[in-house]
Amino acid sequence: MDAPVRQLALADAGGAATQPGRRRAATVHVLILGSFLVPIAVGLAGTALAAFGCLPAVGGDMLTLAPWRMLFGTPGMATSVALTVFVGLAATALAFVLAVGFCAAGHDRMGYRRAEAMLAPLLAAPHAAMAIGLAFVLAPSGWIARLISPWLTGWEVPPDVATVGDPWGLSLIVALTVKEVPFLLLMILAALYQIPAAEHLRAARSLGYGAAAAWIKVILPQIYPQIRLPVYAVLAFSLSVVDMALILGPSHPPPLSIVAFRWFSAPDVAAYLPAAAAALLQLVLVIGAIGAWRLGEVAVARVGVRWIACGRRETAHQPGPTLATVAVMLLFALGGIALLAMAVWSFAWTWRYPAGLPDAWTLATWIHQLPALGWPARTTLSLGLLSTLVAIVLVIAWLESEDRLGIRMTRRALWLIFIPLVVPQISFLFSIQVLLIRFGLDGTLFAVVWSHLLFVLPYVFLSLADPWRSLDPRYRRSAAALGASPMRTLFAVKLPVLLRPILIACAIGFSVSVAQYLPTLFAGNGRVATLTTEAVTLASGADRRIVGVYTFLQSLLPFLGFVLALSVPALVFLRRRALSRAA
Amino acid sequence: MSTRLRLETVTIALGERVLIPRLDLDVEPGEVATLMGPSGSGKSALLSFIGGTLDAAFTATGQVFAGDVDITRLPPNLRRVGVLFQDDLLFPHLSVGGNLAFGLSADVGGRRARRRRVDEALVDAGLAGFHDRDPATLSGGQRARVALLRTLLSEPRVLLLDEPFGKLDQTLREDFRRFVFSHAAARRLPVLMVTHDIADAIAAGGRVLTIDQDPVAIREEPPTAISGNGAPTEGGPPPIPSRSPQTHK
Repeated sequence: MDAPVRQLALADAGGAATQPGRRRAATVHVLILGSFLVPIAVGLAGTALAAFGCLPAVGGDMLTLAPWRMLFGTPGMATSVALTVFVGLAATALAFVLAVGFCAAGHDRMGYRRAEAMLAPLLAAPHAAMAIGLAFVLAPSGWIARLISPWLTGWEVPPDVATVGDPWGLSLIVALTVKEVPFLLLMILAALYQIPAAEHLRAARSLGYGAAAAWIKVILPQIYPQIRLPVYAVLAFSLSVVDMALILGPSHPPPLSIVAFRWFSAPDVAAYLPAAAAALLQLVLVIGAIGAWRLGEVAVARVGVRWIACGRRETAHQPGPTLATVAVMLLFALGGIALLAMAVWSFAWTWRYPAGLPDAWTLATWIHQLPALGWPARTTLSLGLLSTLVAIVLVIAWLESEDRLGIRMTRRALWLIFIPLVVPQISFLFSIQVLLIRFGLDGTLFAVVWSHLLFVLPYVFLSLADPWRSLDPRYRRSAAALGASPMRTLFAVKLPVLLRPILIACAIGFSVSVAQYLPTLFAGNGRVATLTTEAVTLASGADRRIVGVYTFLQSLLPFLGFVLALSVPALVFLRRRALSRAA
Repeated sequence: MSTRLRLETVTIALGERVLIPRLDLDVEPGEVATLMGPSGSGKSALLSFIGGTLDAAFTATGQVFAGDVDITRLPPNLRRVGVLFQDDLLFPHLSVGGNLAFGLSADVGGRRARRRRVDEALVDAGLAGFHDRDPATLSGGQRARVALLRTLLSEPRVLLLDEPFGKLDQTLREDFRRFVFSHAAARRLPVLMVTHDIADAIAAGGRVLTIDQDPVAIREEPPTAISGNGAPTEGGPPPIPSRSPQTHK
């Protein structure tokens, strides 16, 4: 390398950016943000216009309040709205309280790596698979009832109670909580690594504080700003979820997202207008709920500061955190049983109530389904791999350009990346579908991969940003001092050292893609079949054994992704202790 | 409040390696004992053992008494052993006053009474009017003083100093040292200090224990044996056959 180039490389890697470098990096950031913020904005605008009657595609061309009148004239609409708000807030609050209680009670026994491996199966399981499994486990004729009947309950036939699709949405809340507690736990664990948590806990303990009280009074207030966005994402998701609500939610009246979804899927195009109004109302509910949660934060902080200042050591045994730990363990067990249940069904020949296990086993369902399974399985795999690949390249480009410029994204800018997770999918996806049809792109691989990318990218970013940024900058500086170009530093030093977090980010991205229901449906214009869309369709009424085949495979793919992500670095770096275990 | 800190046959090992060999030690109220030794010699492990936060990788035996109370098996928060660390560890989410109130014993009831105690402590530290300040805006010396006051407000029976002067520069170091020792003396607290710096030991003016590596043993030097030029006397006196400290063979 000749001298001037080498100097440039050094300056570049040291953070003093050159003009072209700065411009290139800015281009990367704008392109990444633009590629999903612009379509979402356009989609929301389209939905807003349609909600007021403007949807030229179906002949709506004047501003009118008719869609809103139709929406509010629908019987049970008030109940739908109340149900949506109740389910969203209850599931989020429950998941948050349980995750915090679990950490407060068990923080000293919990290693990040062990927890990551333990949470992987639950994180990886697609929402639809979890909902289908839970529907079977919780149903009056389900696995729990079978295991305790008739010897305990005396039920020779399934009891006539609605434990699934109950009018309060309780089974939906349970299912959401099963999926969201592991996510919040992972976010809390990652945030803990940004502060000297162990030292602060030791200081609080030496001042006389009980273990759980020390965690809640000292650690939680410090990490909350870092988990705020994930909590809002959980809240938005719980308020607007479609696939889980189709399977587990009440149907008369259903949550608002289902009202919108049914109208959007109606054969009568006139239903699109009130559907848009419902979708817009969904967005308003999400914004309102986030606002309410924010106010709650302020109120809790105000009371909390006094509680912290009162000096009570809370050393007596507090049942709260222990109860939370037990509840989390029960939820995890429930989630595990739900996934297992569908696997068992897929190998069942006959399984009569109230037998605890199938009376006869068979491979016939798998053999019969294999031909039909091939196409959706391949689509699922290629959509997942493509969107994950694009996402990881973009995220690495983003983080690397930050390094070279010596800049760090502000928390405000992080909001932009989170927008796809906070805006309800149904409120912008339909308008995007209309646009895709207009340009003849609906149902193309490009359209569906891109629609998955909207949701894969934020999660990949979320998972990789912290490990990437906490990589010791001296690695980069010493590589540069040895004459390595920024590119060589990236490929020969950073990527190998960060292999484990990169693969985990990929596994998370892949599992997010596999789980997508609504984006596949809308961007694919109903013509792209994945394991998830097939499973949701089959869930209402098809043979449980066939549903079992689909959900088992649907959960298996992302799980294998996690297994690979956790085992490959250990194999590659077999002789590098620092990298096979820590990174 | 004044109690004696007593260690009885405390042994700490990391795997096969014995770090602290059967240490007996009494630290009287108002006395400052200093423990010196190379890094990895188990100084900080001993403080963690007394404080109840010893990492599970270590194995430890022996008893710790505060006065007549055996605190060896108590959870750390019930021992009333105050620890001052090398980092001030002020909680960044609380104001300066909030940090002090966090330390102040809950026995002081009533918001007004608590506020008065916190304000008194601030005046004491030359930080009057700092109640609502963000700890991040304080200088290193101010933060160190707040950290000590926070510990003292929790009314410990014993004070452990884990190289608390290590990160301060020379002038601050002397100031803060005086501040710590005068407060500990005023409350007649038994103090056990761990340090690398012989100047800390001289300033403490108490007994100095040194951990020798080969073979592992703990040697005591009376304050007079520490020369002013910064090095302990070579081949110091043999272990004194008194109660403290003594390594059993």
